[in-house]
Amino acid sequence: MEVEFEHNQSAHCENGAVSNLLKFHNLGISEPMVFGIGSGLFFSYLPFIKLNGIPVTSYRILPGWIFKRVSNRLGISMHSTTFRSETKAMEELDRTLEKGLPVGLLTSVFYLPYLPKALRFHFNAHNIVVFGKRNGKYLVSDPVLEETCEIDYDDLVRARFAKGTMPPKGKMYYPTVVPSSFDFKPAIVKGIKQTAGDMLNVPIPLFGVKGIRFLAKSLKKWPDKLDERRAILYLGQVIRMQEEIGTGGGGFRFIFGAFLQEASSQLQQPWLQEVAQEVTETGDRWRDFAFEAGRICKGRASSAVSYKTLSDILLECADREKAIFTKLKKITL
Amino acid sequence: MEKDQVPQDHGALEGVRKVLYATDKNGTYTKVKTAGWEPENIALDQAWEVINERVELARQRVLSGKASPLLFHLEKNMITKGMLADLTGISWFRIVWHMRPFAFEKLSQKTLEKYARALNISVAQLIKPE
Repeated sequence: MEVEFEHNQSAHCENGAVSNLLKFHNLGISEPMVFGIGSGLFFSYLPFIKLNGIPVTSYRILPGWIFKRVSNRLGISMHSTTFRSETKAMEELDRTLEKGLPVGLLTSVFYLPYLPKALRFHFNAHNIVVFGKRNGKYLVSDPVLEETCEIDYDDLVRARFAKGTMPPKGKMYYPTVVPSSFDFKPAIVKGIKQTAGDMLNVPIPLFGVKGIRFLAKSLKKWPDKLDERRAILYLGQVIRMQEEIGTGGGGFRFIFGAFLQEASSQLQQPWLQEVAQEVTETGDRWRDFAFEAGRICKGRASSAVSYKTLSDILLECADREKAIFTKLKKITL
Repeated sequence: MEKDQVPQDHGALEGVRKVLYATDKNGTYTKVKTAGWEPENIALDQAWEVINERVELARQRVLSGKASPLLFHLEKNMITKGMLADLTGISWFRIVWHMRPFAFEKLSQKTLEKYARALNISVAQLIKPE
């Protein structure tokens, strides 16, 4: 069986899966819109939580939250289940496809053979949409890829039941009730307000604008505190979280800019256009940061001077974002 | 970032093109396809370098009889003993035990098959790391 499913390539998997699924149910909503309404933008630097011995940096909220917030704010009911049994999970998937519904699945990137080898780490929160079955293979719309592709039964089982941090446990989801008419406006305002609050008001200095400043301060000390190789690896991790596939560039800042532009025309508030422009400029500074950091990694010459430069760029980003979100906080309908 | 400044640095993505958001002449955002970007490629390369070193180190330890092939497969698959325990249903303590070459040699065919299935390889591949 096969469902007529329109695949739109997107920058980020969670936005993309939600946006594509909702489009199937006749709710036209773009990827940046999903990201903005779901308040996806964030920043956190957690030096004491380490992944392969390297501190965790993140430019977005936790996986799954965008999805949750969007459905709440738009009043969409999603059916979402996890499984203990692999066979039951696959049977349920088949049954749902039989009904003619495309299904969103949570998977591990490591077990998806169609992705480039270099991207296949153990990341357990990749969203894909399965929309049919042909000759025993499942048809997959992976939001970050250009085209749809196929996956074997066995590979899909492995991907759905990967272990480790945040195991997906075969999670599958699909919208059940999609209202026919929508008022995006309150949802947009809510989304922007929450993003601004997240970035400015978390009283712990690891998150939001304060988190960026904290990273800037710690990063300056890396060449003294760590040996050269480790300092470079730490930097590399920050670059990857910011620029790797699924970020839309500039640590999600460009997706957010695109969202503000759409919001501006939806709400008919032209000032948001100007803010979008500022977000774009900040995103460019983030790119500058990644570029300089990449140069240090490549040159393998970690002189204290260049780390200082990086730190200054980050502080500038923090200042800019503080100004941006202070303005956005005041948004009303 | 403007549309025509979007980099097209081939590398880690192996020909896959991903989407970025960039602005056109009027400053309006559109989706642009990109083959990758140099800093991203560098960061990915160095991450893999670390993994490959660990795999190589594990291979040496297995070949010199200091560890069982399980160590090699753990590093190769980038998993921890805990994850292997979840995948196989074999307890963490037994896995630690099986990391010793002499304990691994005595494993029954059934246990070997459990490991092989979890790692998606054959028993022959399990016993002899590449």
